Amino acid sequence: MKRQKIRYPMTRERFRNQFLNVVKNPFNMIVFFSLIILFCLIVIPLLQMIASTFTAAKSEIRRIGGNPGDFTLYYWRYILVSNMAESTLWAPLKNSLIVGFFTVLVSVPLGTVLGWLIVRSDIPGKKLLGMLVVIPYMIPSWCKALSWLAVFRNERSGALGFLAGLGLQIPDWLAYGPIAIVLCMSLHYYAFSYINVSSALRSINSELEEMGEICGATKPQILRSITLPLVLPSILSSIIMTLSKSIGTYGVAANLGNRIGYYTLATKMKVFISDGPRNVGYAMSLVLIGLAALIIFSNQRIIGVRKSYATIGGKGGRSTDMKLGKAKVPLMCFLVFFLVVAMVMPMFVLVMETFQVTTGNGYGLNNLTLYNWIGTVDQAQTYTSYPGIFQNSEFGRSLWNTVRLTFLGSVITALCGQFLGYISTRGRGKWYGSLTEQLVFVPYLMSGVAFSTMYFAMFSRPHLGGLIPSLYGTFTLIVLTSVVKHFPFASRSGTANMMQISTELEEAATINGASFWQRMRRIVLPLAKNGFVSGFMLTFISIAKELDLIIIMMDKKTQTMSYLAFTYSQEGYNQMADAISVCVLFFILVCYIIANRFGADIGKSW
Amino acid sequence: MSRIELQKINKYYGDNHVLKDLSLTIEDGDFMTLLGPSGCGKTTTLRIVSGLERPQGGVMLIDGKEAINAEKAFYLEPSKRGLNLVFQSYALWPHMTVYENIAFGLKIQKLSRQEVDSRVRDALKMMRISEFEKRYPNELSGGQQQRVAIARAVASHPKLLLLDEPLSNLDARLRIDMRSELLRLHQELGTTIIYVTHDQVEALTMSTRIALFKAGELSQVSTPVELYMNPIDLQAADFIGNPRINLLEGTAQMLADGLHVHSSLGDHVFPKSDMTQEEIPGGTFKVVVAVRPEQIRIETARTEGCLPVTVYANQPAGSETLVSLQAEGSDFLAKQLGLVHYRINQQLFVHIPPEKINIYNAETTRLIKRARIDADDLPA
Repeated sequence: MKRQKIRYPMTRERFRNQFLNVVKNPFNMIVFFSLIILFCLIVIPLLQMIASTFTAAKSEIRRIGGNPGDFTLYYWRYILVSNMAESTLWAPLKNSLIVGFFTVLVSVPLGTVLGWLIVRSDIPGKKLLGMLVVIPYMIPSWCKALSWLAVFRNERSGALGFLAGLGLQIPDWLAYGPIAIVLCMSLHYYAFSYINVSSALRSINSELEEMGEICGATKPQILRSITLPLVLPSILSSIIMTLSKSIGTYGVAANLGNRIGYYTLATKMKVFISDGPRNVGYAMSLVLIGLAALIIFSNQRIIGVRKSYATIGGKGGRSTDMKLGKAKVPLMCFLVFFLVVAMVMPMFVLVMETFQVTTGNGYGLNNLTLYNWIGTVDQAQTYTSYPGIFQNSEFGRSLWNTVRLTFLGSVITALCGQFLGYISTRGRGKWYGSLTEQLVFVPYLMSGVAFSTMYFAMFSRPHLGGLIPSLYGTFTLIVLTSVVKHFPFASRSGTANMMQISTELEEAATINGASFWQRMRRIVLPLAKNGFVSGFMLTFISIAKELDLIIIMMDKKTQTMSYLAFTYSQEGYNQMADAISVCVLFFILVCYIIANRFGADIGKSW
Repeated sequence: MSRIELQKINKYYGDNHVLKDLSLTIEDGDFMTLLGPSGCGKTTTLRIVSGLERPQGGVMLIDGKEAINAEKAFYLEPSKRGLNLVFQSYALWPHMTVYENIAFGLKIQKLSRQEVDSRVRDALKMMRISEFEKRYPNELSGGQQQRVAIARAVASHPKLLLLDEPLSNLDARLRIDMRSELLRLHQELGTTIIYVTHDQVEALTMSTRIALFKAGELSQVSTPVELYMNPIDLQAADFIGNPRINLLEGTAQMLADGLHVHSSLGDHVFPKSDMTQEEIPGGTFKVVVAVRPEQIRIETARTEGCLPVTVYANQPAGSETLVSLQAEGSDFLAKQLGLVHYRINQQLFVHIPPEKINIYNAETTRLIKRARIDADDLPA
């Protein structure tokens, strides 16, 4: 007995009322403007970048022929089929995939085991360990690369590292290149698996495991046939996150690969964007975006259904720890080893190197100096053109830029995130809700370098007849890029926050006569406050760590500490690069501690 | 103090047709209960009345004034409908004290501070929660939160009070307390109330009228007594009443002197004056005979017009005793007040007043013979 849906004829009055219904509701207007802004900030730059890879640029006219602005397949031919294709695209692509694959191979098991040990086992000192285990993730990945160099650097770069200084012969394949890159990234991206798996494990009722025990299964059997299948979806999604992230990471690969000519897609792309032809770089970043999209969508196809799995028995309740028995000591050693390798040693070497006159020359008194921190050029014992960082006005400027960028960027991002989260929760199941969610997700697909390339291309000239001025080389552009790039997880935290505010609370206010803005001010904002603070702190930390994203746009005027450290490292001033890294680390750790005070949960930080 | 008229309301969620041409009039001062199993559209109806939901078709009038006209895409704002709503989850604002929760709507209306204060205090006093005014909602028990939610709703002096399963989160004992509380409230305020529930006891005990929902349509709108005594079809009969109504198969034929029915309860002739408007098939046709368990009188000795039965099981429960009986191979249940102890397989006799029996057409499931309602069944 299916009746036809009612269709009323469109009268003037009906049209007028319908129009007023839409326009008079501020929520609709907010959605409308948000969508326009998202469209301008995400869709248009992407389209523009695609278009520019098919448009002849002035600098290549001599080779392409025709006029600037003509349609051309030159750039795509260049990377896909020309005799340059092998060294431009295929070799870096192969390197990227290899690095990504091995990073997954190392980091996912590592993170999974750590997660299980901290959540489920009776390992002693769990609370402290749980806090320590995430600290290596706080260390920016490019910082890790610098500490790697501080340990393994050999004579190829002129200055010896810690081990070479002890007289050990460090071969190139260990000091630089894929192995170094994979290990550094693994010690960073293990955090994805750790956080995913540990939160999945927390949501699984330990009664499920106890039932296995009652049925007579041994501990390995329980782990293999009950625990593992239950956390498998979260392991799979960590694999995807790690893969897509590691393929696009620039800082680590550049620090550890460029010196020996080992390029990944991300580093090669940067070369093209800096030295031209720029459009080739854009084409490569499109390849990178395509690759990330492919990985993530295949992930959704594969584990889409099984994802619901992880919440089984999500009632939580009791959780009993699994006795480790004889395995306790070896596992404890493993944990301590991990912390030493991932946190203590790199930090120690990094800090110590900042006090050395010559790196790799040991810690004898004659080799120790405060020059790198507070020296002036005339006090220098070795050839240098820079004073110690605290004497250097460049450092002051970069510190100010870092604080300014992180503060501005994270306030704006967190605010937008709450708004976008509000739109996608309240529009759940409606077209604008899913559209917002999808648009906001797009920046996640792009590696930092690809994303900033896109913005660089878009905003390096004025638009709309000067209404949007050229932002080339401005601080505004860096802030804008950081904000939009962090939309995905800011809005994720906003969504999680808004989900907790039941719509009925707002409806109750509506019934009591509150307008949209009154509802926002008196109900939603006060309730969203706590979530906002932790969302803000997490964005803050993430932007403070950032190098990949903004490296393309930096110059002397706008550089941040991360960028300054990177430049120094490239120029061979290792101790000063290290000193700046230590400052960045200090800055981030202080922020992390403050964030924790406000109840910020690091598990939501991407 | 307001009269609500719903005319041909249609509501879709996507392709899901949740309300189908729903028409319902709620008279001024009614305590109207929307009753039905979950997913039948009763909460949607309530939300449409409140203005939180917009139907795609139909008209709603409040005191004769248009509040919804779907054809013109006209929907009056919730705050201009002179109503208030108590949510199933209470929806108390957790960052405000009890006092602030109740005062919120009054402040929005820009009432003077004294007016706000006196109204809040009245509402607190009426719901007997004055001592909690400085507490936050999470410092209150479920029953207390419930009272705050109602206080918040009545403080705005609504002409129409909407309640969405307000008692479903309370335990059985509190529920009985709150039922009497709500009845008193209705008396004191004289407000029109629309009350949504799936609990038939709540519906039967509090309402002046009940609208029984079935899959997005109304199956019966009547007084509680009428709904209980003469459910319009077998589904309604089965839904209303605890313990369940006895349903027994039988055959019937319409003759000049009335409806002749044969069943395991014996042969009956029902006068034409008790028949409903339903069409009666010609010849012999199948019927379902329905008897409420409490209408069955059990006797130990044979009397005039009684039916011999055997005891199948006996369930004494203090205030009442449920007796499962068998006659000619069919089972039925009788309810007796107080404690009675029958032996299993004991021979008994039952007397069933024929005027209290309902007859349903087995094929259409519609009521064809009404039970008579005596004067003392009705409210004074």
